[in-house]
Amino acid sequence: MDNKIEIKAQNVDFFYGKTQALKNINIDIYKNLVTAIIGPSGCGKSTFIRILNRMDELVPNTKITGKILFNGWDIINPSIYAVEIRKRIGMVFQKPNPFPKSIFDNISYGLKVNGIKDSSFIEAKVEEALKRGALWDEVKNRLGESALKLSGGQQQRLCIARCLAVESEVILFDEPCASLDPISTAKIEELILELKKDYTIVIVTHNMQQAARVSDYTAFFLLGELIEFGKTQDIFTKPQDSKTEAYVTGRFG
Amino acid sequence: MKQKLIQNMGFFMLFLSIAATLIFLGLIIYFISIRGLKVISWEFLTEPPRMAMTQGGIAPAILGSFYLTLGAIIFALPLGLACAIYLCEYSPKGFIVNLIRISINNLAGVPSVVFGLFGLAVFVKFFHFGVSILSGSLTLGILILPLIISSSQEALMAVPQSIREASLSLGANKWETIKNIVLPTALPGILTGIILGIGRVAGETAPILFTAAAFYKLGFPKSIFSEVMALPYHIYALMTEGTHPVQQTSIAYGCSLILLFMVLLISGIAIVIRNRQKGMHGQ
Repeated sequence: MDNKIEIKAQNVDFFYGKTQALKNINIDIYKNLVTAIIGPSGCGKSTFIRILNRMDELVPNTKITGKILFNGWDIINPSIYAVEIRKRIGMVFQKPNPFPKSIFDNISYGLKVNGIKDSSFIEAKVEEALKRGALWDEVKNRLGESALKLSGGQQQRLCIARCLAVESEVILFDEPCASLDPISTAKIEELILELKKDYTIVIVTHNMQQAARVSDYTAFFLLGELIEFGKTQDIFTKPQDSKTEAYVTGRFG
Repeated sequence: MKQKLIQNMGFFMLFLSIAATLIFLGLIIYFISIRGLKVISWEFLTEPPRMAMTQGGIAPAILGSFYLTLGAIIFALPLGLACAIYLCEYSPKGFIVNLIRISINNLAGVPSVVFGLFGLAVFVKFFHFGVSILSGSLTLGILILPLIISSSQEALMAVPQSIREASLSLGANKWETIKNIVLPTALPGILTGIILGIGRVAGETAPILFTAAAFYKLGFPKSIFSEVMALPYHIYALMTEGTHPVQQTSIAYGCSLILLFMVLLISGIAIVIRNRQKGMHGQ
């Protein structure tokens, strides 16, 4: 395997006030592969993924040290404008969070804030993003309707399509199926496998079957520490650490 | 059995409260209407008063109230909204901001006549705006500023964090997020504040007593530096001054009815706009 490294985290420590949420995290995220982050609640997996596109900044009283290299930048370095990072590294959240606007405006929003004004270009991009988000056939006749009228699964695919429209290189999924039914979950998983051809994907999940189904690499977090990181197959079939084994075989978590 | 009886009695008490409220509301509208309707005519709405207020219409007062209300909103809305945006979105959370919030809420409790005296001292005298639409509008604007700020703040705070995060994660900066996502989502709530503000401003007498209102003014106001007649003050004047109490009283009821109608009309328009906004957002 000689995959290119897209994001390289080195010695990352993260604190909420005085509580240390991440301890010395070192991890390589490979280009055009899916990396799953698993672990019990409160293990720091969501914290880690939010650092990758600087969403941690929204929480006051935090401190971070270490390095996260991406595209020649250190993501952690405050002198790098968070907006620039977020244009390259998109995020899909735990609960679908469409804007209270029309389906069309939800997708075109990212283009507009990035300064694109050409309306025929925007229309083409919206269609392309919805097609790639596997939502086009369901919404093509009602692009002007409020996105809030869509079902939960459709809303989540809309949120994915919204990310795709802005041409990011990496997409972070923070438990994207936590509030969805099994059929919607299957659709999202299918979509993730399709998207990895063009994007690097990091997915946080509670669901170990999901990690096994969609990911190429898996990282197991426990109490803010990275316990084990390796190919998904190895993590699930021959884990090196006894804690990983206990977790993936369902003995705790 | 006994529990059910207690529950039914509870419901009945709640129903009585609603009924009592509606009865008082109905009585107000009924009495104002039967006493006011008989003086209302086309002439009453379009003509200035004549013959020592006993004849003619109240057109200058209607127009004056309209100008004052409009002026107050034009002044208070941008200022209040900007304050609310700063307090909600930009200011660091802490002691000072809490103090500011408490002060704003306290300002809302200051009696309106105090605002009237403030307006007299500052706008009429210090800034030399004189007794005018401008002074009155500014005084009324300051009066409703706390209301606009606190209702806008509530509306802004009710916008879910999750959609702000969505906007930021797409590469929008903070101001773009506020302008494109937070404000449109909060608009129905902000409009509610404006509706309350209009109702309050249109009916206030004390703040315009020394700053804008004239008992009788020939013709219509010519500029924002003109003195004006205004409905609430006109009602007050009709009931306390003059030499023809009988005719004046029925005209006062006519004025009240028009004032009531004006507030309902403006609020109605704002409510329609608000509901259309809500509809657009699928709420």
